[in-house]
Amino acid sequence: MALQEKLTKTAALTGNEAAAQAMRQIHPDVVAAYPITPQTEIVQLYSTFVNDGIVHTEYVAVESEHSALSATIGAAAAGARSMTATSSNGLAYMWEMLYIAAGLRLPIVMPVVNRALSGPINIHCDHSDTMGARDAGWIQIYSENAQEMYDNLIQAVRIAENPDIMLPVMVTMDGFIISHGMENVELLPDRAVEEFIGEYRYPYALLDIENPRTIGPLTLQDFYFEHKRAQADAVVKAKTVILKVGEEYGQLTDRSYELIESYRMEDAEYALVVLGSTAGTAKYVIDELRQDGEKYGLVKIRVCRPFPAVRLGEVLSRVTAVGVMDRADSFSGEGGPIFAEVRAALYGVSHRPHCINYIYGLGGRDIGPDLIRSAALDIKSLKDGSESDSLVRYLGVRE
Amino acid sequence: MRQVTAKPKALTNAPFHYCPGCTHGIIHRLLAETLDEFGLTENAIGIASVGCSVFAYDYFNCDMQQAAHGRAPAVATGIKRVRPQNFVFTYQGDGDLGSIGIGETIHAANRGENITIIFVNNAVYGMTGGQMAPTTLLGQKSSTTPTGRSIGEHGYPLPVSELLQALPGAAYVARTTVTSPSQIRITKRALAQAFQAQIQGRGLGLVEILSTCPVNWHMDPVEALTFINEEMVAQFPLGVFKDFDEEVARDGK
Ligand SMILES: Cc1ncc(C[n+]2csc(CCOP(=O)(O)OP(=O)(O)O)c2C)c(N)n1
Ligand code: SF4
Repeated sequence: MALQEKLTKTAALTGNEAAAQAMRQIHPDVVAAYPITPQTEIVQLYSTFVNDGIVHTEYVAVESEHSALSATIGAAAAGARSMTATSSNGLAYMWEMLYIAAGLRLPIVMPVVNRALSGPINIHCDHSDTMGARDAGWIQIYSENAQEMYDNLIQAVRIAENPDIMLPVMVTMDGFIISHGMENVELLPDRAVEEFIGEYRYPYALLDIENPRTIGPLTLQDFYFEHKRAQADAVVKAKTVILKVGEEYGQLTDRSYELIESYRMEDAEYALVVLGSTAGTAKYVIDELRQDGEKYGLVKIRVCRPFPAVRLGEVLSRVTAVGVMDRADSFSGEGGPIFAEVRAALYGVSHRPHCINYIYGLGGRDIGPDLIRSAALDIKSLKDGSESDSLVRYLGVRE
Repeated sequence: MRQVTAKPKALTNAPFHYCPGCTHGIIHRLLAETLDEFGLTENAIGIASVGCSVFAYDYFNCDMQQAAHGRAPAVATGIKRVRPQNFVFTYQGDGDLGSIGIGETIHAANRGENITIIFVNNAVYGMTGGQMAPTTLLGQKSSTTPTGRSIGEHGYPLPVSELLQALPGAAYVARTTVTSPSQIRITKRALAQAFQAQIQGRGLGLVEILSTCPVNWHMDPVEALTFINEEMVAQFPLGVFKDFDEEVARDGK
């Protein structure tokens, strides 16, 4: 380990470059991709690695995202470690195949660079793309910065390929904010990544002459339900595996990972719940509020699928009021997707805090410390009954 | 003083965002002139696709709808079926039409939809930074083929006009370019005939226009024009591939 630590190097990288470096070290056998802003740079860099002989990956420049994931599914089923990457409408166009990848239990790892869904067309960050895909059966890990994107991708391989799990994983980062912003990123030595992720072993790979198989045959009333039950079970088991992998990764890097991150929550009276890059800005706001003597804390949801309901219940049951920040609207008429799930998580706790929703940053609308601060101060005014008039509040929008 | 030329009414006053030497601008102008000459500026509905021409709705003085990547011919089908009295056109790049949207293109043509497709083939995905498109030439460098497209890895350049030629529902299919005044005139005539196909209810009209992308080809504008004339035309021969009116086809050549 000592030797590896010495070889760890720090580089100034954009989020996309960090993701491409992680992919280079994961060194999948097959990458099939279609470009889309702001993901483009990842696959473009990767095609350069292929071209320069740095990786020995079969790179397929397919004609659409639907084909990108289809080819990745074919390659994974054939027994190859396979990856693709996308954003926004590209993810939407993969929809059919998302469910198939998960249903066939193919351990595909896919970076997704968050970008608002059309329409109207927009290229900037919000979480409508991956939030829309949250029930497709994929594990979802959200990253706060380029370092986390890199770390999460490497861990994702171990999580996806765990024999008890065998599920695809999407690892997200905020479009432009992380993907195009440059940061110091600590990169592991190639060998360390290789050892950490191990060799790809898909137990049911085609082609096995002794045991010919069909992958994804028709199941109707007879077996479909059992398949889905097994899938649901794997998602639950994933919580333990994610924690174990996060801990092991910590031993390698001094950066260990859990399902959620609690920031200054020990004695907090008020809390914000955030995902992605906004967590970084929100931590700064929490620090400022703390300096003013206000007892605020923050909970960052890192893993959204499986949803860390129990952990959230534990940390949030100690506070008076919670503001859940959603960078997507679910258009249910009841606020954003994270809000609905956090509230559900709070249902079973003995001391239930007030809980309201802030929808922010859609289509890349800027979210600065001032807006976050205004939301934080807003939740302080919540009293019994007072949240019922407007549970869902929109931040920084022209009304 | 006699006025000899003017900006077409079908163009707004918004300055084009296209790169220097990009021929999207010339093609916009030709399309706008044709709309004016047919008296269709007040009647036309355009579909902007996803690609560098995504902002086409800012430039054309008619109703426009922005379609998802590759879906323009299907959106145009819906509009035209509801408003057959309107002139409906799409404006699409080779990534949009030839890659992610090739299915829509073939099926709109096969159904014989009365729509007009302006197909701008610049052999790369311009907007996303010059990645290989299905139309990229063999050996051509792009940001995803840094040492050039190879048959083994990437297959062959996709001949869209030749493909559509085989479909009975395609009434007019031509490939032109805009690299010289005479080619510009030929393109204008091709557009007029593609308009006629729709006006006369003959079926789908498509003009494939070989266009420059100097920025992603890493060339200056003049080199880019030469690249079309010398390299692209060799792969994608110019001409009328299909015409509902054979007389006009021969004149056009
Ligand atoms: C579903 C989906 N996938 C990918 C993209 C990203 N994208 C935007 S433009 C483009 C390529 C455009 O190339 P082309 O049609 O050749 O037009 P040009 O920019 O060269 O004029 C791509 C891949 C998208 N917007 N939507
Ligand atoms: S990138 Fe290429 S196609 Fe797009 S505007 Fe510039 S030159 Fe034209």
